[in-house]
Amino acid sequence: MTTMTIAKAINEGLRATLNNNPRALLMGEDIGPLGGVYRVTDGLIAEFGADRVVDTPLAESGIIGTAIGLSLRGYLPVCEIQFDGFVFPAFNQITTQLAKMHSRSNGNLTVPVVIRIPYGGGIGSIEHHSESPEALFAHTAGLRIITPSNPHDAYWMIQQAVDCQDPVIVFEPKRRYWLKGEVDTESPGPSADPFRAHVLREGTDATVVVYGPLVPVALAAANAAAEDGHSVEVIDLRSISPIDFDTVTESVQKTGRLVVAHEAPTFGGIGGEIAARISERAFHSLEAPVIRVGGFHMPYPVAKVEEDYLPDIDRLLEALDRALSY
Amino acid sequence: MGATHLPSTEFDGTGIDDRLEAEAEARLGDPVEPMVQLLAPDGTLGSDPVFSEYAERLDPAELRGFYADMAKIRRFDVEATALQRQGQLALWVPLTGQEAAQIGSGRASQPQDYIFPTYREHGVALTRNVDLAELLRQFRGVSNGGWNPKDTNFHLYTLVLAAQTPHAVGYAMGIQRDQKFAASAALADGTAGQATEPKAAVMVYFGDGASSEGDVHESMVFASSYKAPVVFFCQNNHWAISVPSSVQTRIPLANRAKGYGFPGIRVDGNDVIAVHAVTEWALERARQGEGPVLIEAFTYRVGAHTTADDPTKYRESAEEGRWRAKDPLERLEKYLRAEGVADDAFFEQVRADGDELAAYVRKTTHDLETPDIRTAFANTYVEAHPLVAEELAWFEEYSAGFADEAEPADTEAAN
Repeated sequence: MTTMTIAKAINEGLRATLNNNPRALLMGEDIGPLGGVYRVTDGLIAEFGADRVVDTPLAESGIIGTAIGLSLRGYLPVCEIQFDGFVFPAFNQITTQLAKMHSRSNGNLTVPVVIRIPYGGGIGSIEHHSESPEALFAHTAGLRIITPSNPHDAYWMIQQAVDCQDPVIVFEPKRRYWLKGEVDTESPGPSADPFRAHVLREGTDATVVVYGPLVPVALAAANAAAEDGHSVEVIDLRSISPIDFDTVTESVQKTGRLVVAHEAPTFGGIGGEIAARISERAFHSLEAPVIRVGGFHMPYPVAKVEEDYLPDIDRLLEALDRALSY
Repeated sequence: MGATHLPSTEFDGTGIDDRLEAEAEARLGDPVEPMVQLLAPDGTLGSDPVFSEYAERLDPAELRGFYADMAKIRRFDVEATALQRQGQLALWVPLTGQEAAQIGSGRASQPQDYIFPTYREHGVALTRNVDLAELLRQFRGVSNGGWNPKDTNFHLYTLVLAAQTPHAVGYAMGIQRDQKFAASAALADGTAGQATEPKAAVMVYFGDGASSEGDVHESMVFASSYKAPVVFFCQNNHWAISVPSSVQTRIPLANRAKGYGFPGIRVDGNDVIAVHAVTEWALERARQGEGPVLIEAFTYRVGAHTTADDPTKYRESAEEGRWRAKDPLERLEKYLRAEGVADDAFFEQVRADGDELAAYVRKTTHDLETPDIRTAFANTYVEAHPLVAEELAWFEEYSAGFADEAEPADTEAAN
């Protein structure tokens, strides 16, 4: 076991990937000598050279498009998109090409491209630097989407994404890049399957489902609720596509109440999908309607008011109160 | 780069591109790239300081092969159009007029090269030995692809304009890496200098309309930055559905290459010999590690963009007539006959082969099997996916509910 930040864990995960897979390479703008704007690729170009850590032109569609071509030739590209709001120039390549290549080739072609996207708010940044577009990609069949919330997962999930034969988008919670935690670099342990949810805290009165940047918020809310005598179970979803509905269903069957929270706008978000599925799967176990907590139906607001936009402990507690009031 | 100017009577003042060229020259004070032409519409062979050498490599059998391929794919085009009119295909994308651009370039590729087409490259597909009946799967609505690109190194058709251009550059970057891997492996095991795999290049097709898409720009930036072994083959057929090429560009498309730092060549796209020569030169150059080339094949789509549009609404029939006079098949036929390379018997055989192909395509199209939707479940992801599994299980259960309904009808029919 060793202690490191999420950013360092991803860096180490990428290092292990480059060491273990001669055909793996990193691509993205500023990922070379600068080490990425968040320094996630720090030191890798010095260690592996410019052919393995490719500082690309500033062109998101070009990055993903050429990565698709490289993967068709048998390479394993790991692309970095600098910020969430800058992924949209590549949206076409990701949704119309990357997601569908395997299907439209009747299974003959695989495009195991990995796309890393720092996402979410809370860093006091400017426009297009704090968005949560995961639902836009989760709606597209053919893609897999995962998001680590702690250094151990961060270390292993990036490697598991590269090992996966399907295209995988790794949404990295940028405001947690400096969150420290223990990493077992010898074994992933229960993290071996990146598409399974983890029950982080057991409870009996209500279930809170979160992922990525909101995991520490949910754990803090659960602790606060415990002081009021409520036992709250917290699930880190980890995978946004596919979603591990079995783990969520099992929890709701025990607790009878469900709150789903994410930073992305509530409308049309992942929370709505979870609410609908759980209503179908566990209707008779539910003691209250599934409650969603998320961003408002507005462009991500300016930094000075983002605290009002982002779900925090109080908003989660308010939602829990509502659920528990039934 | 040396190149001949076209005989002035052939392309002068007959269309928008001539005006475009004159405007560009006046505005820029810089001549546009001359157009390479070897075989004039009257069937006479001209010379070019660079490309005649490539034309001289062609033996009579290859020249006859060019004609046979062009005739075959035109006959196929007629048949596919008819099949669409008969309701057997959902849509067809005709290529008539562009045979020389496609056969000439396709025949210049080698088996180890990889080709990324857009959606009109039926002639290129023929040169890559793709079964033309498989090509119709997509238009019949039984597949979104239809063939295995690994069999022929001919990628699937791409309907999102220009989306395939960065794929081509990435693939070419992969070829570069393969060569580096092979070189270091040979050094390590002491086999350096011994025979290796033939060097490969990539060719990617797109049209004048697609040239406006951002992906073409990004691809060319990447290709130039990494000196990728890729040939950009733009078929300027003058019309992006109903919008003329003058709306896509104010300078000849080949001139754009200069801005990216690699050669751009405009070739008479109705001259199969010149197209072949220019493409062979560009592919050889790419395989040798000298980087990308943009080829603009100056040609014309004689028919509709697809069977869904009507060219009479957006262009004068006289324009089509002028281009029909530059027909790629007729000019090669004139040359082959004048040189004594092909006789009546040859052309009759080509016609018979075309009819045979048409009959084959007609029959196989009718026989193309409707896939089971379970194959779509199976191919959405490579690895197991719980949502797909859940939805498939539901579908199976739902479908099983209709099993009883089918039985009485079957029994009745049997009785």
